[in-house]
Amino acid sequence: MSETNFAFVATSDKPQLPAPKGTTGAIGWVRENLFSSPMNTFLTLLSLFVVYSTVPGLVNWAFVNSVWNANSLDECRALTENGACWGVVRERYHQFLFGFYPSELYWRPILAFALLFVALVPALWDGMPKRGLALMGSMTFPFVAFWLIWGGFGLEPVSSTQLGGLLLTMIIGVSGISFSLPIGIVLALSRSSNLPIVKSLAVIFIEFIRGVPLITLLFVAHVLLNYFLPKGVNFDIVLRVVIMVTLFASAYMAEVIRGGLAALPKGQYEAADALGLGYWQSMRLIILPQALKISIPGIVNTFIGLFKDTTLVLIIGLMDPLGLVAPTLADQRWNGIVVELYAFIAFMFFIFCFAMSRYSMYLERKLHTGHR
Amino acid sequence: MKKMILPVALGAAFAATSLSAATAGTLEDVQERGTLRCAVSTGLAGFSYTDENGKWQGFDVDYCRAVAAAVLGDADAVEFSPTTGKTRFTALASGEVDILSRNTTWTYSRDADLKFTFLGVSYYDGQGFMVKKSLGVTSAKELDGATVCIQTGTTTELNLSDYFTAEGMSYEPLSIETNTEGRANYLADACDVYTTDASGLAASRATFENAADHIILPEIISKEPLGPLVRHGDDQWADIGRWVLNAMKIAEEKGITAANADEMAATSKDPEVKRLLGASGEMGAAIGLNNDFALVAIKAVGNYGESFERHLGTQTKVNLARGLNAVWTEGGLQYAPPFR
Amino acid sequence: MSTSTVPADNSFQLSQLWRDARYRSYTIQIIALVVALSVVMMLIGNAVENLEALGKDFNFGFLFEPAGYDIGQRLVEYTSASGHWKAALVGLLNTLLVAFLACLAATVIGVFVGVLRLSNNWVISRLMAVYIEGVRNVPLLLQILAWYAVFIHVFPKPKQAEPLLGGALVATNRGFYIPGFTYEGAYLAVVAVFLASIAGIFIFRSWAKKRQEETGQILPVGLYSLGLLIVPTAIVYFIAGMPIGLEFPTLKGFNYVGGTKAGTPLIALWFALSIYSAAFVAEIVRAGIMAISKGQTEAAYALGLRPQRTMSLVVLPQSLRIIIPPMISNYLNITKNSSLAIAVGYMDLTGTLGGITLNQTGREMECMLLLMATYLVISLTISAVMNYYNESVKLKGR
Repeated sequence: MSETNFAFVATSDKPQLPAPKGTTGAIGWVRENLFSSPMNTFLTLLSLFVVYSTVPGLVNWAFVNSVWNANSLDECRALTENGACWGVVRERYHQFLFGFYPSELYWRPILAFALLFVALVPALWDGMPKRGLALMGSMTFPFVAFWLIWGGFGLEPVSSTQLGGLLLTMIIGVSGISFSLPIGIVLALSRSSNLPIVKSLAVIFIEFIRGVPLITLLFVAHVLLNYFLPKGVNFDIVLRVVIMVTLFASAYMAEVIRGGLAALPKGQYEAADALGLGYWQSMRLIILPQALKISIPGIVNTFIGLFKDTTLVLIIGLMDPLGLVAPTLADQRWNGIVVELYAFIAFMFFIFCFAMSRYSMYLERKLHTGHR
Repeated sequence: MKKMILPVALGAAFAATSLSAATAGTLEDVQERGTLRCAVSTGLAGFSYTDENGKWQGFDVDYCRAVAAAVLGDADAVEFSPTTGKTRFTALASGEVDILSRNTTWTYSRDADLKFTFLGVSYYDGQGFMVKKSLGVTSAKELDGATVCIQTGTTTELNLSDYFTAEGMSYEPLSIETNTEGRANYLADACDVYTTDASGLAASRATFENAADHIILPEIISKEPLGPLVRHGDDQWADIGRWVLNAMKIAEEKGITAANADEMAATSKDPEVKRLLGASGEMGAAIGLNNDFALVAIKAVGNYGESFERHLGTQTKVNLARGLNAVWTEGGLQYAPPFR
Repeated sequence: MSTSTVPADNSFQLSQLWRDARYRSYTIQIIALVVALSVVMMLIGNAVENLEALGKDFNFGFLFEPAGYDIGQRLVEYTSASGHWKAALVGLLNTLLVAFLACLAATVIGVFVGVLRLSNNWVISRLMAVYIEGVRNVPLLLQILAWYAVFIHVFPKPKQAEPLLGGALVATNRGFYIPGFTYEGAYLAVVAVFLASIAGIFIFRSWAKKRQEETGQILPVGLYSLGLLIVPTAIVYFIAGMPIGLEFPTLKGFNYVGGTKAGTPLIALWFALSIYSAAFVAEIVRAGIMAISKGQTEAAYALGLRPQRTMSLVVLPQSLRIIIPPMISNYLNITKNSSLAIAVGYMDLTGTLGGITLNQTGREMECMLLLMATYLVISLTISAVMNYYNESVKLKGR
């Protein structure tokens, strides 16, 4: 066999051929990802068709054919056949932002809003120098904001009936969010504690709140709360709504945090006990920091839900952005302009909720590494 | 955890600022507060709506301003609470507002059962039906089987049910919350008929693109005397509300307008005009107000007719004729008791 | 703290109540109980006092007075002469109806979207991401209002509506009409046989499963079940002389009459709730599928299972365990969110008992308590049922 004559013997590796055309680059990617099977091809074409049939029309309506400079619906319809009439937004955007807040005092809610971000910095940025001190500073924010928005103590007082629009949403949302977290933690700890009475009280409270729709709680705030308070005590309606929304959110918060507590390995509790830490010490130093960290995505989701749910106050007659649609439509000049208003409001909410959900995803990714 | 103390502290702060002392008189409360709290509709063309500056306007709103002017001397010292058909009574009953001026029908049960005092009739209305001309319907008796748009939480839904039952007809109710929704549903043909107070129908029709394509059927199936109301139990406050309304009506009878009120007070020879405008007698003191309370109120919003014409009259888009709401000397029902 | 070697000090000091771990838990609990009870007592006391001051009593007699208003969408017979309790019942059934329909639709759409979101197809997975993010970040109330507006403007008026599917579906802007059943003669027999067949299918299936476990033989269960469902009922139906007929909706006067009607408020609410909740379901499903490791699928293939059986026997049972708990709370949310119905005039429980009845009678306290109690019962029932199911699929023996 050794004497066999070979016509050709390869003495070195042949140069690698490039991958067949159509499996690399843009075309390859398209083939692999979009047209790999008949089903996939069909889905791709279908989605492209959906995009093609909606997006250009939307863009035309919202931007190309839209009218900004019209003072009434009739005027706008005369200018464009099938475009959006953003004139109503141009004319009333300040109402949708601030409700009936006196326009010369707009700086106060704006300042409060800016301070909100300042106050949030220590909470969101964990690498901040002197974070503990800064957090203490953040805690004064609710008082400062309360003073700025309602006035008193040297500022011109503004009554709750003048609050509305996004300002009202922010007030209810932000106070609901900041108060529901601590209450939720207490409820979660109570529910997972081994004291039977405390535990059952927490269970009753949480299950009751979670078992009824928020609307009914708002009705209670509006209709019944005055019956349950001593005679002569009369809370402001915005405060009543804030209380109810806070209670509602804290029950959900408690369940999210309880999930975090349950997810911690038992060894953590046992280790804390073995170190001789008391209940509060072990909670504060060992359990809660870890449990809260695990539940952050859930907490943020509860916040988003709470923020969206603030629109329900329109049902009891408060003027949140959605509630302002009715009085706007009652103005004869804008009677019948619905789509533009809904689109504008949806856009406002989307910005806030989307930002929050992105932040929660970022946290989720960040926490995922290094822990597990 | 770290924010534990906040809810308690802030709650206390809120409570401290909003604890209203339980005093007997609404008038004292209002004067102490410096503002009148008035419940209006969340939006009904002509009656209450917001202008581009976020200021409340309308016929119902004017009355609130008149009361504020009479009590506090400032027509802008009003906090408006927008209420829906559902929330209005609780807002008043709970003391959240001082007065309710929201096209509310005066009925026995609202007076006796819900325990409210009606201060008079600011607008005589009746429930009517509006249909499209293209339906070919000329009478409400031809509406068997129709879909009817109806506002919930009002007397109209009870009247409607009674009427159709009495006529032996059936209908499909489409419940809506506000007049704006009713209008949208009706125009989209989600219902054949829109029923509400005839004033509301006319107001809605006026804003349609082709108002001539719609007709209001001749049947008026109910009496709807609309007026402002207060809680039972504070007669002085009720008197104030009642006589501000009456003062506006008397002013129209006597030809007193916002423009000429000062002049009339100074020069008029009519004793009733002089009493009304505080130029003679001590009439205001009896209800705890300044003597010129009516003068201030009229100067602020004008007389009844002026307010009507400004928001509802034939010069406006709402385009309502005075009809039953003309003063009695001109064949209407608006007949204020004498001011003496 | 003292150790056990030190003889117990018999003298009891008050500070022990707080400092001594033996007593502390009791102290805390008693304080909590006293605080909770006194808050409840205070609330009740205030309510009694305030009601008295307003001259209102507390009784449910008003429920038996005639309601006086009509309801468009109803599952049981109701007229304006019926009592308020009947109106509340109509509302309750409407709540359950829309909640059930929305749970069903949201699950179907959500599973679809969740699977497509994981697809390799870039276009479709992006499109699904846009849908999920767009829907999740806009308030539901706004979506309900918007969909309602779309429905009343896009669908034709009754007089211009063309019956679809040979008259089986009429879509108008007042609602959708489908044929209804008419009953006559021995229709009960047909219904009874039909129900019996369904029971038969369940028995057959469990028998087939047992047999498969014992002998390894697989029966074409699906085909047999279908046969069981149709054949006996059909035979009895024709023997009894076709006692159940179909009534098609026809245009008469202002509206279509006959058949079954689902009004636009119901349709719009159902649609909005389903679209909104499906986005949440999709995320739950996605998380559930992603949590199952690929090794499970590969192991199943290695055992020779076909893809379909792999999915139904290996992957799904495992991901269901992850999916079900969040799904329970999602279903609860749908039920509670259905109370937004009042925004579009769908007369659910909140709309009747908590809305018109409350408003016409002025009985806030009674109506609200009854309303909340009913929702509580519904919620607790749903979570009890679902928890029971959850227990049954849970990993045993840990």
